Amino acid sequence: MKLDRKDLLGLRDLSREETELILNTAIPMKDVIGRDIKKVPTLRGKAMVTVFYENSTRTRTSFELAGKYLSADTVNLSVSTSSVQKGESLRDTIKTIEVMGFDLIVMRHAMSGTPHYVARNTRMRVINAGDGANEHPTQALLDMYTIKEKKGTLEGLKVAIVGDILHSRVARSNIYGLSKFGCDIRVVGPATLMPPGVEKLGVKSYYSLDEAIDGVDVINILRIQRERQASGLFPSLDEYAQLYMLSPQTLARAKDDVLVLHPGPINRGVEISSELADSTQALINEQVTNGVAIRMALLFLMMGGGRDEITY
Amino acid sequence: MRLLIKGGRLIDPFKRIDAVQDLLVEDGKVRSRGDQLDDSGCEIIDASGKIVCPGFIDIHVHLREPGFEYKEDIASGSRAAACGGFTTVCCMPNTEPVIDNEAVVGFVKEKARKVGIVNVLPVGSISKKQSGVELSEIAELVTAGCVAISDDGKPVMKANIMRNALDYAKMFGLPVLSHCEDLNLVNGGLMHEGYYSTIYGLRGIPAAAEEVMVARDIILARLTGGHLHICHASTAGSMALIRQAKAEGLKVSCEVTPHHLTLSDEIIDGYDADTKVNPPLRSEEHLLALREALLDGTVDCIATDHAPHHFEAKDCEYELAACGISGLETAIAVIMDKLVRPGLLDIKDMVKLFTTGPARVMGLDKGTLGEGKPADITIIDPEMLKTVDPRTFKSKGKNTPFKGMELQGWPCMTLVNGVLIAQNGEILLKKQF
Repeated sequence: MKLDRKDLLGLRDLSREETELILNTAIPMKDVIGRDIKKVPTLRGKAMVTVFYENSTRTRTSFELAGKYLSADTVNLSVSTSSVQKGESLRDTIKTIEVMGFDLIVMRHAMSGTPHYVARNTRMRVINAGDGANEHPTQALLDMYTIKEKKGTLEGLKVAIVGDILHSRVARSNIYGLSKFGCDIRVVGPATLMPPGVEKLGVKSYYSLDEAIDGVDVINILRIQRERQASGLFPSLDEYAQLYMLSPQTLARAKDDVLVLHPGPINRGVEISSELADSTQALINEQVTNGVAIRMALLFLMMGGGRDEITY
Repeated sequence: MRLLIKGGRLIDPFKRIDAVQDLLVEDGKVRSRGDQLDDSGCEIIDASGKIVCPGFIDIHVHLREPGFEYKEDIASGSRAAACGGFTTVCCMPNTEPVIDNEAVVGFVKEKARKVGIVNVLPVGSISKKQSGVELSEIAELVTAGCVAISDDGKPVMKANIMRNALDYAKMFGLPVLSHCEDLNLVNGGLMHEGYYSTIYGLRGIPAAAEEVMVARDIILARLTGGHLHICHASTAGSMALIRQAKAEGLKVSCEVTPHHLTLSDEIIDGYDADTKVNPPLRSEEHLLALREALLDGTVDCIATDHAPHHFEAKDCEYELAACGISGLETAIAVIMDKLVRPGLLDIKDMVKLFTTGPARVMGLDKGTLGEGKPADITIIDPEMLKTVDPRTFKSKGKNTPFKGMELQGWPCMTLVNGVLIAQNGEILLKKQF
């Protein structure tokens, strides 16, 4: 079975079946990662490029590694040392990459909708590795994989997403993804970081951390970006931590076996205490490993299986 | 030189006429109206099945000249206006240099006269270089031929400057056209703030960013007694404030654009930068409030805010794209198809909103087919069905979110001073009657 689409731009328009296909395909991929010899020839002769207009440790490295494990030729375009710095337009940069013969581009951009614009203008397949405050589909997929691996199912779980919901692409993709499996989703954060109309996405919104995490199976903690404080959206990191930092103490009202997720990089002592981050409840490192498996699954589903003909 | 426009449905809101009548034009002026006028010695335009109106007026266009001729110039903008069914346009001063002195006003007027297609009336800036700091020499602008003042494109953030502008302009009976936007509340926003900004992950511009300034300016209009005209009002709250100001008897008027009346923020899905405009496309509830205000008389006129851009300014990341819609060549068809045909707006009211409405706002002796008036005439074919194809635009700006839409009801002939200058989207050679 194949993923019948040219691009993966977000989870909003992905069906439950497609989502399950990706999650299930990641299971054998994780096996490959655990082997002594990790390389399989599946994508030999395919070429992919990662183009990140924003900094990243996890996402970019894991896409690259995923491609290499599957034997694709993988190139990283370093935007900070590329012709972008000479003022080359995005359109021209993408065309240049395209005519080198790449089959797939993995793109991160600080501006929402940029991968959509690129996808419309290239024959290459496009995977969105995070665009502005819109979506980060592979992060949500790896979060869902991690939850499913631990809980056995996603069906009907209670999940709280904590922090800067307004600016978070991780929150949006998680909401779209988890809703397909009937999860009870709560979002919690200060009013200034809560997007308008968020409840119309089928989630409940809270200002109180205690109320939001009452009886939840999973807590997904978002990274607080320091510049949000500078732009006046909340008074201080200290006050934020007082209200929303997760620690073994503030976790009390969640279920005893609650899973704690964080997409990283973490701000210790701001949104998560060091004690919690380093505890066995926190799955931050498992998430990273699973991220490689999810990205292998996607690359396989999008480039593999002798699919040479694509439509766009 | 006589021309008889025969058998059309003549609508002249100023004269309260809505009847099938002939219209006789002589020496560039309206000579007479009536049933079965004698056509001997006349050139004849068969207007049966068509709607014959006073020439349409668009009080809010950007012709980009001087300074940005790669986006549009007075010639291309005039051709776009004529093909779009407009006989008079008022052009905004956000050019380079800004229209803030008589030399630039003179340049625009002379250029328009040489082009000689439609009437081009310049709007001068409120403040020098539109910087919002010091008033322009408004008396000089009036003498040179400006019909209004505006810093359009930029809000006048300083309340005392706006107060002084309203006070000073009232000496000349000049309307102050206000672009209402509190930049602190806009805060880098890219689309209307609401459900869809949450869905698309784009920074939102709250309706309040406009309403706060509309409220401020109305309070200043009350203080000064000046004529305040709100440009491109786009929210339910703005309409409520303007309605209240009018009920109070203040000299406050407003315009709405065809796009704010017919498109909502949902269409930003896919991040096509042709949907990016300022003020942004609002949510459905605001759109409905604008339509309601159109019917109850709160809205004085429809204006396009014609904002042509070079394609590269739209063919890029949504956040980096320029704001604006090239509107002159779709305005009539959009209103005809989306509002008149479904019965949401009476055709007579539409004609009013494009003729006497804007003429009254700007204090122009235009917008009617009275005897002796210049024969500026717009003829609409209510049956014409056409798909919006920006490649056929006379405007250099091909940026329109209406592209690909099939619309019914298009302007088919435009006459200025008795000259048939445009027909079915094409500019004709001069032929004076």
